Amino acid sequence: MRTLSTRRRHPLAGLFVLLGALAVAAALYTVFAPKNATAQESSTADVEAGRDLFLIGCASCHGENAEGIVTSDDSNYGPSLIGVGAAAVDFQVGTGRMPMAQSAPQAPKKAPEYDEEETRQLAAYIASLGPGPAIPEDEFLEYEDATAEEISEGGEFFRTNCTACHNSVGAGGALPDGRYAPTLEGVTAKHIYEAMQTGPQQMPVFGDDVITPEDKRAVIAYIKAVQDQPNYGGLGGGGLGPVADGVWVWLVGIGGMVGFAIWIAANGTRSKKKVKGAEQ
Amino acid sequence: MATDTYTKVEDTKVGKKAAGPVGWVDDRLGLAGVARKNLRKVFPDHWSFMLGEIALWSFVVLLLSGVFLTFWFQPSMAEVVYDGSYEPLKGLEMSQAYASTLDISFDIRGGLLMRQIHHWAAHLFIAAMIVHMLRVFFTGAYRKPREINWLIGVGLLALGFIEGFAGYSLPDDLLSGTGLRFVDGLIRSIPIVGSYLEFFIFGGEFPGELIIPRLYMAHILLIPALLLGLIAAHMLLLVYHKHTQWPGPGRTNENVVGFPMLPVYAAKAGGFFFVVFGFTALLSATIQMNPVWAYGPYNPSEVTAGSQPDWYMGFSEGLVRLMPGWESTFFGYTWSWNVFIPGVGGLGLLFTSLALWPFIERWITKDNREHHLLVRPRNAPTRTALGVAGMTAFGVGWAAGGNDIIATQFGLDIYALTWVFRFGFFIFPVIAFLITKRICIGLQHADSDRILHGYETGVLERSPDGGYSERHAPLPVAGQYTLTARDRAPELAPAQTVDANGVEAPHNRRERVRVWLRDKYYAGAVDKPTADDVHHAEEHLGHFEGHPSDHGDDFRGVSDAGVPKVH
Repeated sequence: MRTLSTRRRHPLAGLFVLLGALAVAAALYTVFAPKNATAQESSTADVEAGRDLFLIGCASCHGENAEGIVTSDDSNYGPSLIGVGAAAVDFQVGTGRMPMAQSAPQAPKKAPEYDEEETRQLAAYIASLGPGPAIPEDEFLEYEDATAEEISEGGEFFRTNCTACHNSVGAGGALPDGRYAPTLEGVTAKHIYEAMQTGPQQMPVFGDDVITPEDKRAVIAYIKAVQDQPNYGGLGGGGLGPVADGVWVWLVGIGGMVGFAIWIAANGTRSKKKVKGAEQ
Repeated sequence: MATDTYTKVEDTKVGKKAAGPVGWVDDRLGLAGVARKNLRKVFPDHWSFMLGEIALWSFVVLLLSGVFLTFWFQPSMAEVVYDGSYEPLKGLEMSQAYASTLDISFDIRGGLLMRQIHHWAAHLFIAAMIVHMLRVFFTGAYRKPREINWLIGVGLLALGFIEGFAGYSLPDDLLSGTGLRFVDGLIRSIPIVGSYLEFFIFGGEFPGELIIPRLYMAHILLIPALLLGLIAAHMLLLVYHKHTQWPGPGRTNENVVGFPMLPVYAAKAGGFFFVVFGFTALLSATIQMNPVWAYGPYNPSEVTAGSQPDWYMGFSEGLVRLMPGWESTFFGYTWSWNVFIPGVGGLGLLFTSLALWPFIERWITKDNREHHLLVRPRNAPTRTALGVAGMTAFGVGWAAGGNDIIATQFGLDIYALTWVFRFGFFIFPVIAFLITKRICIGLQHADSDRILHGYETGVLERSPDGGYSERHAPLPVAGQYTLTARDRAPELAPAQTVDANGVEAPHNRRERVRVWLRDKYYAGAVDKPTADDVHHAEEHLGHFEGHPSDHGDDFRGVSDAGVPKVH
């Protein structure tokens, strides 16, 4: 015990105490931390395979340990992926947004680079780094089962939270500096759910305490309902609103009317049509 | 072929039968005299004279379809629970106005078609008015004695905008509510009185519960009545002034060459009504217009991306989007330049300049004669260029109003677009002016060439030293007349700054400004060739003594179709 008290003013003593405190905190954390809400159990093999894929395809921007890369002027080359969860990986990789083809204001949707198996492995690896939102369970994705009340309630959530950027039928909208809210046309229920859950790119996070999983399903049901319904009233403008209407008016409407006017003026009485058999 | 003999109408079978009832009516109303005069009224024939008619017939379609809609539409902001056929909105609280619009769309037989006909006709009404106005502008048809009719036309256009906007706001869906909020902002941006006006119009804080019934009254009673009255005045003045006509052989400033109202124009115009109605119905049956159900009920806390006004208000919307966010506070009031200048000022500038133009032009040119012959746009280069510049400015504002849609659809950056439009609003019209004026002058040169050098016959000649040239032949006289039937540019006298006695004239400075503008107005325009020029050209083109033709005796001129009659 004497050793301890005599060495208490040693230059390295503070460091030892700090390390000790950290070790205790880490131990407490592993005991009390919320468990990673991964839906499907992922094997160690998946994590290993995911790590291999990650090192090849992702580490150049996100860092070897997914800790992110900060450039010399303090901006973000690739964000840290620790704690983003399997849902974020499944959305970003599953919709082809990651890996990005080039640096751009926003990663566009494209054909996925990784197949389902590889996406699952990548997700497993990222999920193993820290707790984060998991890939949603099927019961929250079966929007076909939603009742009429749920659909109209989902519409209310959609108009309150989503239409300002995504447009009233999910046709998408513009955001500053070349960014945009993409169209929701043809996006799978799982990816819509994951986007709400993880808030990719410009999108805010709508966690489970903001919009419950059941309500998320209702929102998806509304989006699918308005997009799958027939175009009542004829050819639509893709949900783009009055701008599309105006294009129709000027291209087809007034253009056609003027065409008729020219036709009538050219073919009225005493037009210069030759009378049959008459001399020229 | 044409028959010279015809049976008098009173001797035909129908005539004999109709004589009794027609006589009965005439004895009581005495309309025969008026009818005789007006049914034989002559109108000139040209497709561009039918543009205003599109607007007229669209207005009739609007009245008919509008009456249908009033049978079911309920202009009330009272909250109801929707229980109609449109599933995704079932059970939601919404205003009666929106619920009844949904009912018209989904639960009333033919309702959606009639709604779309009404909306389509509204678009076509305003679009046709604009196209008609452009025709009148570019041909100089607004000049004396038709200035008042031009003003009535500007009034009709302005009322059309307001009427259209009121109709757009009535369904009380999320889009129309957002549009109403936009106008609420415009009203509030008016310095000092803005907020009072807002409370007056909305009956309190936005949105209140009064605006829909009030707009409804304006939409179905007040503005249509004004439109109807102004349209009647517009048409009466048209009959009184007689229609303008294109110059040509036999057409002078004092006559009108064309066909009589009955039977020709009664049939043409009557037929055109059915064409307009039919085409509108076809469009409405096949192309969706304003799907109100997609937007959901209005809620001031919600908004949707792609919220736009209907296209005719796009100019106003666009200018607001372009304006930097300037705002100042003094005397305890907020002065919202960011909204007031583009929103109220933009529309104000548009309609003021439209209304004043005929008077400005008359002041500049001091042209006080009556004009019943139209001017080809190329023969008034400055006016045409100004018109195109105005259209360009309007177009930039219009495009800026849809900058978000342009950005998403073409993968562009909305901020970059905004900057392009900000500068473009001032720069593009200038470029358009210069280019248009050059094109007009170029076309004038081409006309002059056709008069002086004839047209190309396609006959190629080879000279003894091997060079090739093309034989030109004179235009037919009628063609030459049509091309030259326009005013010679006036002599541009310098400003009179002193009178005959050497005393300085009053309004000296104003006169100098006028003369400067006048010189700019006529600058660059090519005057038509003089009679001497034409005679000299004829000598070159024809077979004259002392100007031997190189073409030999075989060449016998050219047929009307331009085929040389050799041999």
